[in-house]
Amino acid sequence: MDLLLDAVAAIGRAGLRVCRMAGAVALFALEALSHLVRPPFYGRLFARALLEIAYFSLPVVALTALFTGMVLALQSYTGFARFNAEGAVANVVVLSITRELGPVLAGLMVSGRIGAAFAAEIGTMRVTDQIDALVTLSTNPMKYLVTPRLLAGTIALPLLVIVADILGVMGGWLIGTLRLDFTSATYLRSTFDFLQAGDVIHGLVKAAVFGFILTLMGCWFGYTSRGGAQGVGGATTSAVVSSSILILALDYVLTDLLFAR
Amino acid sequence: MRDDGGAATPKIRLRGLRKAFNGKVVLDGIDLDVRARRSMVILGGSGSGKSVMLKCVIGLIEPDEGVIEIDGRNVLAMSRREREAVNDRIGMLFQNGALFDSLPVWENVCFKLLAQGRIDRRAARDKAAEILAQVGLAPSVGDLYPAELSGGMQKRVALARAIAAQPDIIFFDEPTTGLDPIMGAVIDGLIVDVVRRLGATAVSITHDMASARRIGDDAAMIHRGRIVWTGPAASLGQTGNPIVDQFARGEREGPIQMELRR
Repeated sequence: MDLLLDAVAAIGRAGLRVCRMAGAVALFALEALSHLVRPPFYGRLFARALLEIAYFSLPVVALTALFTGMVLALQSYTGFARFNAEGAVANVVVLSITRELGPVLAGLMVSGRIGAAFAAEIGTMRVTDQIDALVTLSTNPMKYLVTPRLLAGTIALPLLVIVADILGVMGGWLIGTLRLDFTSATYLRSTFDFLQAGDVIHGLVKAAVFGFILTLMGCWFGYTSRGGAQGVGGATTSAVVSSSILILALDYVLTDLLFAR
Repeated sequence: MRDDGGAATPKIRLRGLRKAFNGKVVLDGIDLDVRARRSMVILGGSGSGKSVMLKCVIGLIEPDEGVIEIDGRNVLAMSRREREAVNDRIGMLFQNGALFDSLPVWENVCFKLLAQGRIDRRAARDKAAEILAQVGLAPSVGDLYPAELSGGMQKRVALARAIAAQPDIIFFDEPTTGLDPIMGAVIDGLIVDVVRRLGATAVSITHDMASARRIGDDAAMIHRGRIVWTGPAASLGQTGNPIVDQFARGEREGPIQMELRR
């Protein structure tokens, strides 16, 4: 009986911890967002964060999308050939990439790169008193460190996903025309005949949400890190793990809201 | 020793300041007066509450109880905007410098002036060179990043940043920690020099006795979260207070017992 009660108490404590943290993260996000409409604005920091997220993540997102498109074409061809439905390969590739794999894979890749980098950078600033120094230099650390990054992440990820969509479809087209005997015109016609604007737009909405979430997690765990190098290391890991899980969980929620109608 | 400026109201006045973390009492009713245009040194062992007291005064930590007055006004009762206005007049040199490693030295030095729009970026470079000269650094140092500087140079840059906005109160958190004795003496000399030139009130926390004697007009000893002695910095070592004298002489035996295990 005691064992059972201990287990229930442990679950309850964990639940309360999660609720407390969710509340704290929500307040953190709200405060950061409130600085979007309160001067001063740090345009230079926003531009730097946008460059860091969008431009420097381009190679990793591009390669991921290209190879994913190629694999998707090969795998779907193998499956559809069993039902004599090979003609659907191009549709499957374009819909999978734009609605699902483009935003999710870009989100996961950028979370590994940027979520970790933000957590490490802000965490190091926290444990070396640089954030306290900002306060003594009449600068609000949330406004200076968090708000420009959140805004940049929310804008950068849709831009990256546009590139991922194009390269993912191109990967499928390369395999379709070079390995699977599609003509270029047939493949492209199949691609665009079934693609609707909503598929792309909803994918970009997902990307914006994922961009916000991954930068929020990086900033939150960095900002609240404690205890030197170990604390910063822990913050980095937590930022990547939590943003990856949240991206996958929110992907389901957003898919249900945007597409399952 | 310098004049007290004739001011009857202390520049900084702490009364009954208390702070505990998770039930552990760190500040247990601090009472302290710092007179205007004087240099006060706060002494105390590791974990005695020196840094927490300082962070309470500059608003980084909210005390549980007590009064913090600056120029006779309780800053804890001020609105956020009023508190920010008071903090604008305060400079701070952190123990490890706390320089922004993503910014070059010139931008670190003029950070506050740039943040407040008091100077544009072009003028900031010249201004930084001027302030760096006051702490004995060449203008070319302005283009380096903090990671490219030695510990002593980082301290000088941090000092330059602390005085750039010409504050009338400056806090120094263990300014000579981690420096060799000669560089420590150089930094102390610079601190005395800039504080005097600005006519500022200085509060330094340290456990370096040589440094305390060099930079302090007055001294106070914090022990177990309370101020147990105040007096002239020159008298350190012969105060007659057993806690202060043991600390000043670095003796193992005495009223201060080091906690080896918590």
